Amino acid sequence: MKLTVNGETHEVDVEEDMPLLWVLRDELGITGPKYGCGLARCGSCTVHIDGLAVRSCSIRAGQVNGNVTTIEALGTPDAHHAVQEAWIETQVAQCGYCQSGQIMSAAAFLTINPDPSDEEIDHAMSANLCRCGTYPRIRKAVRLAAAKLKEA
Amino acid sequence: MALAVDIARRTFLVGSLAVSGGVVFGIYKYKSPMNNPLEDDLGEGEAALTPYVRLDAAGVTLITPRTDLGQGAYSIQAAMIAEELDIELDQVRVDPGPPDAIYYNTALAREAAPFRATDDSFAAETVRSTLDAVMKFVGMQITGGSTTVPDGFVKLRIAGAVARETLKAAAAKKARVPVRELKTTRGAVELPDGTTIGYGELAEGAAKIRPVTNVKLRDPSQWRLLGKPMRRHDIVAKSTGTQDYGIDQRLDGMLHAAVRINPHQGAGVKSHDASAAEKMRGVLKVLPVTGGFGVIADNTWRAIKAAEAIEVEWEEAAYPAEMDGHWEALAASFNKAHLDKLARDDGDVDKALDAAESIHEAEYRAPYLAHAPMEPINATVLVGEDGVDVWTATQIPRFVEQNVARIAGVDIKKVRVHVLMAGGSFGHRLEDEVVKQATELAVQLKGTPIKLTYSREEDMIHDFPRQIAMGRMRGAVKDGHVDSYDLGITMPSVISSQMGRQGFSVPGPDSVITSGAWDQPYNIPNYRMSGYRAPELAPVSSWRSVGASTNGFFHDCFLDELIHEAGADPLEERLRLMWHEPSRKTLEAVGEMSGWGSPMEAGRGRGVAFCLSFGTPVAEVVEVTDTGHGIRIDKVYVAAEVGRVVDPVNFENLVQGGVIWALGHAMNCEITYSGGRAQQTNFHQHEGMRLYQCPEIIVRGLENGEHVRGIGEPPVPPAAPALANAIFAATGKRIREMPFNKHISFV
Repeated sequence: MKLTVNGETHEVDVEEDMPLLWVLRDELGITGPKYGCGLARCGSCTVHIDGLAVRSCSIRAGQVNGNVTTIEALGTPDAHHAVQEAWIETQVAQCGYCQSGQIMSAAAFLTINPDPSDEEIDHAMSANLCRCGTYPRIRKAVRLAAAKLKEA
Repeated sequence: MALAVDIARRTFLVGSLAVSGGVVFGIYKYKSPMNNPLEDDLGEGEAALTPYVRLDAAGVTLITPRTDLGQGAYSIQAAMIAEELDIELDQVRVDPGPPDAIYYNTALAREAAPFRATDDSFAAETVRSTLDAVMKFVGMQITGGSTTVPDGFVKLRIAGAVARETLKAAAAKKARVPVRELKTTRGAVELPDGTTIGYGELAEGAAKIRPVTNVKLRDPSQWRLLGKPMRRHDIVAKSTGTQDYGIDQRLDGMLHAAVRINPHQGAGVKSHDASAAEKMRGVLKVLPVTGGFGVIADNTWRAIKAAEAIEVEWEEAAYPAEMDGHWEALAASFNKAHLDKLARDDGDVDKALDAAESIHEAEYRAPYLAHAPMEPINATVLVGEDGVDVWTATQIPRFVEQNVARIAGVDIKKVRVHVLMAGGSFGHRLEDEVVKQATELAVQLKGTPIKLTYSREEDMIHDFPRQIAMGRMRGAVKDGHVDSYDLGITMPSVISSQMGRQGFSVPGPDSVITSGAWDQPYNIPNYRMSGYRAPELAPVSSWRSVGASTNGFFHDCFLDELIHEAGADPLEERLRLMWHEPSRKTLEAVGEMSGWGSPMEAGRGRGVAFCLSFGTPVAEVVEVTDTGHGIRIDKVYVAAEVGRVVDPVNFENLVQGGVIWALGHAMNCEITYSGGRAQQTNFHQHEGMRLYQCPEIIVRGLENGEHVRGIGEPPVPPAAPALANAIFAATGKRIREMPFNKHISFV
């Protein structure tokens, strides 16, 4: 089957029901999306499909019918996306393992809702688990990212 | 800084050793030489100035042997070296280095000593330094016990200073200028005429002279980095998806593995049928490992699916199949036969209780809990012709080395452990079952790198959880004050379970059983603390704040009950009873921060709690609202006494994270066994706190104590009791069992 990831089209020979996450990680070597639970309960594997946040552990490769974007193509270490800039300035990460997913969720959310209330931020970001407990900084970083995106 | 210089003289006698290509510098401790592990690996023109600094033409590498579990250990260790070395953090590489006995953990020995952290007496210090020597011989290069900063605070700055002064001496020789006229800045020595010589250029010269060991540590007022907000060296990688963790390891020819291990912890296999699994797509082999099976496949998901498809009849575990049996074993341990230690016995508790008008009694419980870091545990092992390579995130690299050597049947010198960044741990990576299993698989597939990744389900079912524990208390009040407090705590021994898996039997009482309770700095006239060792039940391990995670809850909540009985103010009475000044100041601080005593609307409540653990006193105030459809946690105020806040950014982040960790588990998490297996297999059954539930957390670091203390664990123990006390204040309901949602709902 064909998969378009980060602007590149790949021909992959996998089962229809292999989760997108494992196609990305083990077949294509794209390891930004992380495995955390396999049940869409933690959000570490979040990617965008046509701009919408999707838990890649719980969508089958055969169901993907759009362009997949992973954190690797959201920004780069040299040219960060506004959400990444906000994450760096706020120094959100501790272990950092969930943060690819947090950032992808935040970026998709701010596209839909560029001027969110605190309550809306809480609601939108609650599907992503962080065991280190960086929530106060995630809140701060999402607000900062919203401000940055408005300026841009 | 007299203390630092003194320690330097006692423990940092730096020697030099001629090797081919120059001279290397090693640290000699207690006058018994230890090899510098970097010597083995040095090329022409390279010097290892101390085991913490390596110089070659490519630049400066700072060796940070404590594992980064997300707490920022690499950054803060590097900063402590760089502060004295006069180099900026963006000019260095950071490398955990090879496992070696020289990186043994001094501060962990301090925590293990049977003296209160507030006890600076001669006897206490003597025993602590004896333990220090013991730890050196065992060579425990362990990350844990909130010790990374206390352990490195003097040691790493001295390493930086020795390297700096030796480089200056080399520059003086090279430029024919007196040393006193030289300055160091940004990784270079500056000559009087303003020209600079980079440290890299001085490596060869520095290798040929005697190291300068007569160094003085700078006064904190001169610090450039420490005590100020710093950018973590991994922050960009961790914000761009480019940080590699163990699970991201990729090697040429690598195969993926998953395991299916007996969920009845520690038991074996009766019979199995792997024929269906073996036929699945991508599966190369199903192989035996201790306690179960490993599947080798070309993709992690295929390996996990096939592991689930193995049909197995398991043997039963040795511990009780149902929770009732676990609680009964605990309840039956409050007696002389199980007394592990009478840890404290002030006044005459029996006499006081006999004389009391009424005795207040309670029983408290805390369940097993999973560590469940976001990154499931994993290890990559390659058994090659010339030894074994292991890539994994571990807190115990030296044990890993030994275990891998034994399983692979090779000399320990042929085992190379590459310590990788951990996606969280919370104590999980103080165990190395996953490495043992990966090695068992790799031995059967020599020459092929095998990456074993646990599914979340295997990770949660096979966690060695936080200990189950029970407290029984009696107490009495007199004249409006707390007069007697008799606390018995029972739990299985965490140390015995954990060290038992490494082949050690640890004699004597287990300090974990009473930690966070026996050593609280209160002067209660009649005050007794008994630790009872319950029989071994499900295997348990260290979980963020270890014994104090249960005992802090027991001790503080019952104290709160007694204060209520006495009709006293919860904060005022704690302050009245507290004798240790730095601890007292944490309570005063949270009182002031939270506006303690100011009126609250109906349905709202505030609770205070205090716990001294790992030498760090922490006081917390939690504010809650009873919304009518559940408790909402509104705000948390934290004051922590750490002697010195060396890394303010990570300090705040770790305190907030510790509070969220503690509150989330207290709200809704437990591991229960039924039919001998853990019933919780994933985050939907062991959820913790979600962002919408997260209170505002206001943090203050205090610097009144003499010792520099860690902060990874100490914010955990007071959070759950502060929440329970706040719920009592708001609703009148005492919650004496974790998780609290068994008794009350949360929003």
